[in-house]
Amino acid sequence: MDRRSAVRTLCVATGSALVGRKLNAQEADAPAAAGEPMAILVDTTVCGGCRECEFACAAANGLPEPPEEVDFQETRTTSESQWTVVNRYQTDAGEVFVRRQCMHCLRPACASACLTRAMYKTPEGPVVWREDKCMGCRFCMISCPFDVPKFEYDSANPRILKCRMCWERLEQGEVPACVANCPYEAVTFGPRSEMIELAWKRIYENPDAYVHHVYGEHEAGGTSWLYLAAVPFEELGFRTDLGTTPYPDLTREFLYAVPFVLTMVPPFLLALNRASANREPDESEE
Amino acid sequence: MERDPVAAESRRTAPSPSIVLRELGRFVRFMLGEMRPRGRLLTPFNVLTGAIVLVTIGLLVIRFTHGLGSITNLSQDSPWGLWIGFDVITGVAFAGGAYVLSFIVYVLGQERYRPIARVTILNGFLAYVFYAGALLLDLGRPWKVVNPIIGNSFGVSSVMFLVAWHFLLYMIAEFVEFSPTIAEWAGWPRLRRRLHALTLGAVVFGITLSILHQSGLGALFLMARDKIHPLWYSQFIPILFFVSSIFAGLSMVIFEGTITHKVFHERVGDRLEQTYPDILTGLARICAATMFVYLFLQLLVFVHGQRWTYMRTGWGAWYLLEMAGLVALPIALFLHGHVRRNLAVIRAAAILTLAGIVLNRLNVSVIAYKWYAPVPYVPSWQEVVVTLGVISAEIWVFRWIVNRMPVLDRALPSPAPRARGRAVPAPATR
Repeated sequence: MDRRSAVRTLCVATGSALVGRKLNAQEADAPAAAGEPMAILVDTTVCGGCRECEFACAAANGLPEPPEEVDFQETRTTSESQWTVVNRYQTDAGEVFVRRQCMHCLRPACASACLTRAMYKTPEGPVVWREDKCMGCRFCMISCPFDVPKFEYDSANPRILKCRMCWERLEQGEVPACVANCPYEAVTFGPRSEMIELAWKRIYENPDAYVHHVYGEHEAGGTSWLYLAAVPFEELGFRTDLGTTPYPDLTREFLYAVPFVLTMVPPFLLALNRASANREPDESEE
Repeated sequence: MERDPVAAESRRTAPSPSIVLRELGRFVRFMLGEMRPRGRLLTPFNVLTGAIVLVTIGLLVIRFTHGLGSITNLSQDSPWGLWIGFDVITGVAFAGGAYVLSFIVYVLGQERYRPIARVTILNGFLAYVFYAGALLLDLGRPWKVVNPIIGNSFGVSSVMFLVAWHFLLYMIAEFVEFSPTIAEWAGWPRLRRRLHALTLGAVVFGITLSILHQSGLGALFLMARDKIHPLWYSQFIPILFFVSSIFAGLSMVIFEGTITHKVFHERVGDRLEQTYPDILTGLARICAATMFVYLFLQLLVFVHGQRWTYMRTGWGAWYLLEMAGLVALPIALFLHGHVRRNLAVIRAAAILTLAGIVLNRLNVSVIAYKWYAPVPYVPSWQEVVVTLGVISAEIWVFRWIVNRMPVLDRALPSPAPRARGRAVPAPATR
């Protein structure tokens, strides 16, 4: 090996090692290292379906006012202009109203999918979107198991919009607008561990009124939005097939393999090249 | 990184500034001469692709002033459509031929394939520039595209971050691999020698990057576990994407070569002309072998995922079409073509293989994604036209380069640098 090829080999190896190190330094964001994330408990047995939360959400976030009357026959989904919706389900326990919005996962798929860290899990709990970082690739929409992030397809300067758990209000010490405006007190806001205790307290104190499951306690690794219900959750439009693995773990093995490939493959290829060299390199041959 | 030793050397033997300036002036005049179109302009192909490109430009103006929704059928349920599923994800698989062939030629030293190395690397480079570049059209906020590269916004836990970086680095690596050809064309033998010295480093780096981002494109869908039909989702998508990119790329080399050899007949050098049948039969054998590995992996995934429960549905038939009709059948055809040295059969196999790759990538990214959605995504005509426009523009650039640079043949025998611009015989442009 002459001097030049030795230097070349060294450079390739160093470059690979550097790139590899950078990509390796990427343990998924530890949830709420700074303290307990906040959570919201929704008791669907209490919700009366008045949709005050929809109006409060629109007012607090500067969104267009939701329709005055809605046809509960059809199931609505959240949209870029309406971040929470209330749907009605006919069940064995009668009419049940369920509001849907971003679940604010403890380890969000959207945030780990985001290559610019525009989707960001705050230590306080809310998952927020940051306009100055997002490039609009919509990978968060592909990854989110709850189909929450919505994209402004009709804008030349589109944003990703979804519930922010009233992040700005939390910073000022207030509770989210929907919590503050719920006349039935169907939603409770507080530290997540307390909300889980509250949920199980209600189940134990009234075991016949609830299914013994807190949706969001473990789903997709746990969410900051928790639900209680009187009927199985699949009857209320919830996906119950999501499992308890945090979604970022689905790509973790692949990402862990990256530094190994980056550092192992180049030396292997160079060795292979050296081993299969059966003649002097011929400059004119290219 | 790899540049350092060369930079050090060039400082030692750097030509004086005045020579560089004079050389630059010569190159500008040479370049102006080369920019002129050759041959007839008003051919049916030019008129058709010209119209498509013009319409594409118009559509893109609308897209960038009124948003993606103005010309695409993308929706909240289908965030990625034809532009990502076909242009980027399928296009990059098709461009895999460059890393596979550079592995065969530059790492393994299989001289037999060297005559097609340049054209394959050129194709790979242009495919990345245009098809990965088409990503910019699909980004909602493309002016933020530099964020993960130079900003402080490193989303290192994102597969997309890896893919973005690798696209960029791989384009640079492929440009370095192709650069000796440019230096030959421009008449810079000394620079050509230096660039040539970088080739192995660029090849090794490029192969490593390709392994990672070909599989990374599959890894993008790992978190869509509960949205992709179970016949197409598995945790092995990255490996399947990587293995299939090998024969997807080589099939594209076969397919593209078929067209290139007809269209650029005058540009094909003697050496390539004589050995081309050998090259094709060799590629056919490699394709068959890697496709067999791929089929076996798919079979493992099929059994492991207990997928037979889905086979009685319409999706099962669709899956069977992809696996039996567009993977197993081409294997047989490739083998037949290889044994009987039947180039027509090999070409047919390559086309079937390419169709299978299109189907596979679109199934994972678009068709079987949200397969339960009430309104399935169908691309709008505008999305199709823009895709054709991107392909047309790529073909124009490819043609311009092939007609001028020593891509399909070796460098012309020692033309005097100053006279080179005129020394190249003007081929008929179609």
